[in-house]
Amino acid sequence: MTGTIPLMYFLVISTLMFFIGIYGFLTRRNLITMLMSIELILNSVNINFVAFNKYLYPQHLSGHFFSLIVIAVAAAEAAVAIAIIINIYRNFKSIDVDKVDQMRY
Amino acid sequence: MSITDFLTMRHEVLLTILAILILIIDLNLKKEQKHYIIPIVLCLFMVHVIIGFLPAEGGVLFGGMYKTSALTMMMKNILNVGVMIILFQSNGWLRKPDNQEKMSEYFILLFSTLIGMYFMISSGDFLMFYLGLELATIPMAALAAYTHHQSRSAEAGIKLILSSALSSGILLFGLSLIYGTTGSIYFDKIGEVFTNSPLQILAFIFFFTGMAFKISLVPFHLWTADVYEGSPVNVTSYFSVISKGAASFIFVIILFTVFHSISYLWKDIVYLIAVSTMTVGNLFAMRQKNMKRFLAFSSIAQAGFILLGILGGNVLGMTSVIYFVLVYIFSNLGAFGVVAAISAATGKESMDDYDGLYATNPKLSLLMTLSMFSLAGIPPVAGFFGKFFLFTAAASGGYYWLVFIAVLNATVSLYYYLLVVKAMFINKNETPLAHFKSDFLTRVGLVSCMLGIFVLGFWSQIYEIINSLSIGITF
Repeated sequence: MTGTIPLMYFLVISTLMFFIGIYGFLTRRNLITMLMSIELILNSVNINFVAFNKYLYPQHLSGHFFSLIVIAVAAAEAAVAIAIIINIYRNFKSIDVDKVDQMRY
Repeated sequence: MSITDFLTMRHEVLLTILAILILIIDLNLKKEQKHYIIPIVLCLFMVHVIIGFLPAEGGVLFGGMYKTSALTMMMKNILNVGVMIILFQSNGWLRKPDNQEKMSEYFILLFSTLIGMYFMISSGDFLMFYLGLELATIPMAALAAYTHHQSRSAEAGIKLILSSALSSGILLFGLSLIYGTTGSIYFDKIGEVFTNSPLQILAFIFFFTGMAFKISLVPFHLWTADVYEGSPVNVTSYFSVISKGAASFIFVIILFTVFHSISYLWKDIVYLIAVSTMTVGNLFAMRQKNMKRFLAFSSIAQAGFILLGILGGNVLGMTSVIYFVLVYIFSNLGAFGVVAAISAATGKESMDDYDGLYATNPKLSLLMTLSMFSLAGIPPVAGFFGKFFLFTAAASGGYYWLVFIAVLNATVSLYYYLLVVKAMFINKNETPLAHFKSDFLTRVGLVSCMLGIFVLGFWSQIYEIINSLSIGITF
């Protein structure tokens, strides 16, 4: 079952996703898009865990468990973040990070 | 669950029960009875703190995911004492009319983060560590955005959740690489097989970056000041003391147990970050006018001092870090307690408002002065010994230049800590803040900080107790 696609392909994809996520987080000015970038980062981690588990350590399941828990925690994180974003929208009438700058040096 | 298992993880079990109990009690209270929740929670949490101090053997549960020893229990008890003081101090603020209806939410969120920290400290593998870390940070964002009608609070919340989510993403990527190269997520097994292959070093750097975000070390500190300023004062004190203390505890444990085989490498990184954290924290603290922002930068600088103990890398290092956090809890909570009391009574948070405070509120000024002396490390009070042991630990590792830079930084920090003292005692002010009397519970919290600052400075046994527990842990 394994062997048709080498492990390297998964790692390249996940690394690309990770850095696209970082790039998106740093360049996007919309809070929802920033949150999506974080989801990209977390999903790249999931691909890594599952691929490593499947190809290198098929006798244990710890990588699968880890990715399941990361998915659950990501959902919780997104829920809290979106609740706060709604609150931001009520206070600032915008979800642009450049507008949310009451406190700075 | 047998009684020994219960004693092994009583902190977590009891606090979980307590959080659920608060929810149920809150459901059954009528709107005008809501304020009864404060004394109920204080009594229950007091029981929890006392049970936490019962002697118990350490143990391993859940197949090695959860590990606890006398040392980690000591850490949890230290955090418990800090939270107890914060609960006392937040009484005045919680009783304000706009917080009447959501008092219990404050307690539940606070306790959830504390449960997360417990699990984080006694984790035996990276899965439990990650779960604890997230449980300790996600409700924290909700706490930062607690006063939801204030735009500053909402801003603090979004800044905290986004930066902590990014940092845990980076940390997780490092963990996935560690899993891929070692095939395990257990601390013990990784520690045995961890070598210095390039991919593992990369993984370590990702992990270090993620942790540095959480402890707010310098290249990753930019969220700290904004979050501290925007959150309610008591929540800020919780961030700066309890959450930072817990994160530094687990950081030391993981560096010493999992990554000990590349300690020659992380010691260089920690060295550079310690220097930059102390220096930048100090330089930025000087120009702050808002008390919370000022204490935020002072807490960044203090985190730099904690790194000195980590560099020691032995039992002395471990002991000095724990002792310093214990001292730091009392001194920083003293400072934050005064800021919180003044903010709850008058709503003022700027340093200029503190001019001539001694004339009207001498007791608060006295506690503030003691806390500032303790934070700066002036001999008779506890802060001096905290810093002294950290410097000893770093010197025992041969880092004399680092100790020299740290001493210089401690001297510089004296300048801005004394600025606050000068404002209260010397600066003239036509209209100082009016005299006010805090409620009983807040005063209990403030007095216990003052006692802690003195007792820890004079009662040397506490250091020896921590030291004897630290010897048990293997690095």
